[in-house]
Amino acid sequence: MPFIPHTLDDVRVMLDTIDVPALETLFDEIPPSLRISELPALPDALTEWQVSRLMTERAAELSQPLCFLGAGAYEHHIPAAVWEIAGRGEFYSAYTPYQPEASQGTLQVLYEYQSMMAGLTGMAVSNASLYDGASALAEALLMAVRANRKSKSKRVLVPRTLHPFYRKAVRSIVHNQDIELVTLPYDPSGGHTLKEALVPYAGQDFAALVIPQPNFFGVLEDVDELTDWAHRHDLLAVAVVNPTTLAVLKPPGEWGRTGADITCGDGQPFGSPLNSGGPYFGFLCCRKELVRQMPGRLVGRTVDLDGKPGFTLTLQAREQHIRRSKATSNICTNQGLMVTAATLYLSLLGPHGLEQVAAICHANTRMLVELLSAIPGVSQIFNRPMFHEAVLKLPHPASEILDGLLARGILGGFDLSSEYPELGNALLVCATETRTEADLRQYAEALAMMV
Amino acid sequence: MSSTIPSELRYTETHEWVRSQEDGIVTVGITDYAQHLLGDLVFVELPEAGRVVTAAEGCAVIESVKAASDVYSPVDGVIVEVNELLADNPELINQDPYEEGWILRIKTSADMEGLLDAAAYELIAIDEDEDEEGSLTNSKLAG
Repeated sequence: MPFIPHTLDDVRVMLDTIDVPALETLFDEIPPSLRISELPALPDALTEWQVSRLMTERAAELSQPLCFLGAGAYEHHIPAAVWEIAGRGEFYSAYTPYQPEASQGTLQVLYEYQSMMAGLTGMAVSNASLYDGASALAEALLMAVRANRKSKSKRVLVPRTLHPFYRKAVRSIVHNQDIELVTLPYDPSGGHTLKEALVPYAGQDFAALVIPQPNFFGVLEDVDELTDWAHRHDLLAVAVVNPTTLAVLKPPGEWGRTGADITCGDGQPFGSPLNSGGPYFGFLCCRKELVRQMPGRLVGRTVDLDGKPGFTLTLQAREQHIRRSKATSNICTNQGLMVTAATLYLSLLGPHGLEQVAAICHANTRMLVELLSAIPGVSQIFNRPMFHEAVLKLPHPASEILDGLLARGILGGFDLSSEYPELGNALLVCATETRTEADLRQYAEALAMMV
Repeated sequence: MSSTIPSELRYTETHEWVRSQEDGIVTVGITDYAQHLLGDLVFVELPEAGRVVTAAEGCAVIESVKAASDVYSPVDGVIVEVNELLADNPELINQDPYEEGWILRIKTSADMEGLLDAAAYELIAIDEDEDEEGSLTNSKLAG
């Protein structure tokens, strides 16, 4: 479908037809205090040639360091076919199609995506995606507060082991809706959320408990125990997972006695490259009973008049084009392109391929930790099982060491000192399947020279 | 469009019917006219008993194959009972809007005289019928 902008004449004809003097008049209902007439911080427009030159110069400044940085976005091998296919004109749109008669291909891709995500997470339903992992969690919590009829409090328990950026993004989104986030401390030796941390809240009114797996430190949480605690105290269990782990770890739908109620996370590891932070996509899955509280697009499979299978958007009465201000959320679209890539990525890898990726990530990170903690003054902080990230204690501030490593062509990890000052000189490192043994040794040698 | 408007009931402009009982409890549903306009119902979102409602406040949502609509409380009061059967059988509203398809019961001290009688409601239904875009079918697909 081509994008055809309106000409000034088109706009004039439309305004005349509805008898409105100027386009501005249509925005009258937005209070003037909220409107910005000028954007002084924006520089003047450049020509295409000037932009192209600027970008070429900036690209030349970028190096291609060996990446040991994770912290929420991960470098994975993406088969070349993924973006070759996703980039085809037929798929090249971020939008969900309204017209099933004209969009069966896109709708089927979304349906296949939803089926794969539901299968991986062990949940009954997946939506067609959201913007990113953090906004998916915010939507999951809004959903939990709406759906949990046993709770009146609009309070949610959030472990401090959840990604700090997720905690900030969620707070930004939900605090104007009077939802209170209560932070749970972590065990300083294991780096996980202890059941004891929950004890003070037993008997109080909370709508949901967030359970990250793995958590921000890469550490595996006691998901069964946490899920069961939530259910015993009438909280919904909201899982935040790295989707790559689902190939090797128990899916949230099987956590505890009855499984998590909502599962979300960032889909970036499935086929989205690390493009300076995005675009990525968020996924959101839930139990069948919660589907009418779920925001976002849902594609369903049906049959046409002749009995042939077909695909269409479904359960649209949840959405704002039907329900206006009473919709489940203002999310009325998805990340179609990134989801197309994810569907292709999963199709090309298959269950066994994904399992291999997860297993190699884990093995590489274990080896990295072993090599690095053999260096005097460097040690692993938490003693619990991890997936593909670990926290290391360093003899000097992490920022200094990271600068030194970068000078040697190594992106050494995430400095935890501003988000977790209590950990001291702590560094979060990651090694995915893209790191070779030589890469790991190169990191260890560089670090050994600096401490 | 022909629809039934029982003379013993009271009505609202938003297409709810109200049946009063002696104990100050009223039963509320949507009219035959409204269920016709909405088409096949697929889901009813019910409130919880015990909720305090004011007149004209949205207290339930009914979803059909073509629209989702609020059910507005006709009176001030407290919801004392909801029709749990609708959770699995929303079509009861289509099949029998005035009996099996009742939606909720409200304890109220409100006077029924403020509500429409059958004759007045019939005029509203006729009015809307003449307008091609009845208020219940205003929800259209958009960007």
